[in-house]
Amino acid sequence: MAKSSARLSARLLIERTSASLIIGLVFFWLAINLLKSPSQFFQASVIGISNGVLYALIALGYTLVYGIIELINFAHGDLFMLGGVFAATFIAVWFGQESPSSVGYVVFFACLIAVMGFCATINVAIERFAYRRLRRAPKLAPLITAVGVSFILQFVGMRWNGSGPKTWNSVLPSGEFVISGVHIQYTTIFSFAVTIPLLALMTFIVTKTRRGKAMRATAQDADAARLMGINVNKTIAFTFALGGALAGAAGLLFQQTRGVTNYNLGYQLGLIAFTSAVLGGIGNLSGAVLGAILIGLVQGLNDGLPIGLGQQWSQTVVFSILILLMTFRPTGLLGKPMIEKV
Amino acid sequence: MKISLPRMRKSKASKKAVTGFDQAKWIRGFSIAAIVIWIFYSFVVDVLPYEVSSIFQKWMPATTVNEALVWVICALGLNIVVGYAGLLDLGFVAFWAIGGYVAGWLMSDFFQQVSIHLGSTAPAQQRGIHISFWGVLVIGGLVAAVFGVIIGAPTLRLKSDYLALVTLGFGEIIPQIFYNGENIGGFNLTNGSKGIAPVDNVGLFGKTLGPFDLDWKYLIFVSLTALMVFISLRIRSGRLGRAWLAIREDELAASMMGVPLMRSKLAAYAIGAVSGGVGGVAFATHVNGVFADRFSFSISIILLAMVVLGGMGNVWGVIVGALTIAWVNATGLPAIGDTFNSAFGTKINFPSYNFLLFGGILIFMMLYKREGMLPESRLKELLHETDDETSNTGRHS
Repeated sequence: MAKSSARLSARLLIERTSASLIIGLVFFWLAINLLKSPSQFFQASVIGISNGVLYALIALGYTLVYGIIELINFAHGDLFMLGGVFAATFIAVWFGQESPSSVGYVVFFACLIAVMGFCATINVAIERFAYRRLRRAPKLAPLITAVGVSFILQFVGMRWNGSGPKTWNSVLPSGEFVISGVHIQYTTIFSFAVTIPLLALMTFIVTKTRRGKAMRATAQDADAARLMGINVNKTIAFTFALGGALAGAAGLLFQQTRGVTNYNLGYQLGLIAFTSAVLGGIGNLSGAVLGAILIGLVQGLNDGLPIGLGQQWSQTVVFSILILLMTFRPTGLLGKPMIEKV
Repeated sequence: MKISLPRMRKSKASKKAVTGFDQAKWIRGFSIAAIVIWIFYSFVVDVLPYEVSSIFQKWMPATTVNEALVWVICALGLNIVVGYAGLLDLGFVAFWAIGGYVAGWLMSDFFQQVSIHLGSTAPAQQRGIHISFWGVLVIGGLVAAVFGVIIGAPTLRLKSDYLALVTLGFGEIIPQIFYNGENIGGFNLTNGSKGIAPVDNVGLFGKTLGPFDLDWKYLIFVSLTALMVFISLRIRSGRLGRAWLAIREDELAASMMGVPLMRSKLAAYAIGAVSGGVGGVAFATHVNGVFADRFSFSISIILLAMVVLGGMGNVWGVIVGALTIAWVNATGLPAIGDTFNSAFGTKINFPSYNFLLFGGILIFMMLYKREGMLPESRLKELLHETDDETSNTGRHS
């Protein structure tokens, strides 16, 4: 016994040391860059945070679904992609708005509601026709199904949007203002103005309403919740609707601020958003937002700093974070330690 | 204290019960099928009248057969990880890429700095590292196995869905490193998106097989496939195989029975990776080079679809699934599309439907036939035991 516990603590020691070494290196890298060119540092941070807010919208969908049925919904990123394609079609094709104008703003907000409804409907339909039947199946089955759904959504995106990227003009104002050398785009402010109320609304729904209470009860124990008279199927469908709506909003914001849609965007951003959800502690709502902003920041800093790996390694950095996290701290920053139930 | 598994009596009947196939029988059947196909493609096709041979050129060209065999080799490796040990691996393409690049490095004139020759068919004055194809097969398998252990090690403590994500992460990182590896600290490691081409010819009994000697390469690939089938079946009925099945069915119970989780899972990753590496080397000689942008996530998913379609855990099912999907992907869809379009005067781009097809296969199989087309009997029971709506044990949380 004594021997095995000694070995365990030795492993813990190695983990702690290597983890703090990595964190120390990261801070060292940040400090050097900050000293070298402060304005570039803050510029990269602003870009990073505005990306992070977008990731937060997607990450919340992962975390909500994982919290309630313990499924990594691979198709969620592709839902975001479809949201972007839908938004582009809605604004630029159906309403013909491709430049900032007062009509453009009205269409933008109409599109926000439409795209949230669109993605929520798709997500609920996916849950109803694919995941619900597999709720009691071994874990491998819903996971493989989710990968299949992701492929089908990508196919839909490819049919709708073409097999290459498409660029769009935004209806949002394109200017920027400068605070002591840091350029801030108006679109960044705009996406904050859309995202923060949405996040607040989400938090309100989950923590303060009856539906939210039902969601939390189902997440804790679906069978007990059913015994208490909660309609579990409806609650889970509602969770998927919430997640889908947020993904739709993210799709619209991405399409308007970056001006690009492509069928495989969802896969990349979905993985980044998932990493954020894990970083914050999967199943934890505020954790997902925190994780998303941190990941966005890391990516922004890596891409924008003078001493960094540069943009082509951006994805690799994020996935390395994912793997390191899974290895050293699978519960994430704000997650509670999980106890294996038998 | 260590409790050992009860040893199974090694009678012929019990072996048949485990694998479902008699050992001598399958070797005979497999060899006959392989040789018939070889004779057909190397002798018969040439003497057939043009109308008949053009049908074969369109529907089943020899290059598709060879490529399908590479897919089979890789799918058999994935089957060990997913089908036997029940660990979902969504990044299997990493091993394929590693095998490919080992072949690219050791069988081409890419490294101009050195000139090493070891049993290769390349002329001696050529610079670069030139090692015999057979040596590279072994090295590729070993390097992939090392990476299998590296990827497997951090995932051992994880739950099944997290594990899928970590493997997915590696499956993304490794091809990206190859893609961006043009300038790593000033050193050109992988030649970036241009890839490494061409690779050396294969030497077989004094013959030199170039990229177009398809029928001889077919023999090499089919022997590699046979080797992988043999390894899969032998390990499956042995001690390690039974440990994997126990882990797949109930990890906790298996560990209580004294199954060494760590060692068994790592072995599954390593052995699965070996066939990924071997497949990668074989594929590099098949397409005569390695190109980083070929190693995308969809390859991992296509491999998974092969394993799921055929029947997780059943070697024969996986072979049938892999051959079917590889054929559909390489030849079937374009050929069906051509025929359909010329018959009905339409202009439907059939190959672009492959995403729909593979996604649909995964969903359909999971919803209606989870155990695959050729199910393995044990897995069938396992995958349906928790389907009961009234059961409380279904959801392991």
